[in-house]
Amino acid sequence: MTAAATIRIQQADFDIAQEIAALTKGRSDVGAVVTFSGICRGSENGEPIAALTLEHYPGMAEAEIKRHTDEAMSRWPLTGLTVVHRVGRITPGENIVLVLAASAHRQAAFQAAEFLMDYLKANAPFWKREESAKGTSWIDARGHDDDAAARWTKS
Amino acid sequence: MRVKYFAWVRERIGISEEMVDPPAAVRTVDDLIGWLSERGETYAYAFEKPKVIRAAIDHTHVKSDAMISGAREIAFFPPMTGG
Repeated sequence: MTAAATIRIQQADFDIAQEIAALTKGRSDVGAVVTFSGICRGSENGEPIAALTLEHYPGMAEAEIKRHTDEAMSRWPLTGLTVVHRVGRITPGENIVLVLAASAHRQAAFQAAEFLMDYLKANAPFWKREESAKGTSWIDARGHDDDAAARWTKS
Repeated sequence: MRVKYFAWVRERIGISEEMVDPPAAVRTVDDLIGWLSERGETYAYAFEKPKVIRAAIDHTHVKSDAMISGAREIAFFPPMTGG
């Protein structure tokens, strides 16, 4: 059975239990749901931060996430996929991103969730700016995010 | 074509998007960065390290040697830091 991914970019917070229920309610073919939620830390490189502000490229962000959910669907036998990415100002402790991968068995769900997060980190057009006592500054990209995405490339 | 700027590229240039009509000699993304850099100090500052800049044509990531002919929208931005 072919499942469609749910992709949302929004300012509002998300409810993880509600998002899981949307993938499992009324069906008996789902044996595993893996949840990844990314949360705003209270420090960056050892310095306390007051908030992050996330900017994105409307249109491309959705398209780029869809390219990756399509690839995940083709690589693993998934029954559902959900990606929710927040934008705007987010304070420490708040949710930033949610990836849910549902499948009959856990292995596909674990792998798809990790694949999606690695690709989102390196390729989805979002940018974080931090607010701290020193003012505001754009967070630098980390080389290891590119390395994490590259390990999923088929040789 | 429409050109869009994001994150610190947008802040340095001072605008988020504009319509441009480069001459025919401007064929690649790299050429366009060079041409835009000559429009003023804010552009030169934004593109001072062209190797750091990422580009997308019509919502798809492209390399700096990609041809721009036929593009409706080209975006320039720093490496991504989402997730």
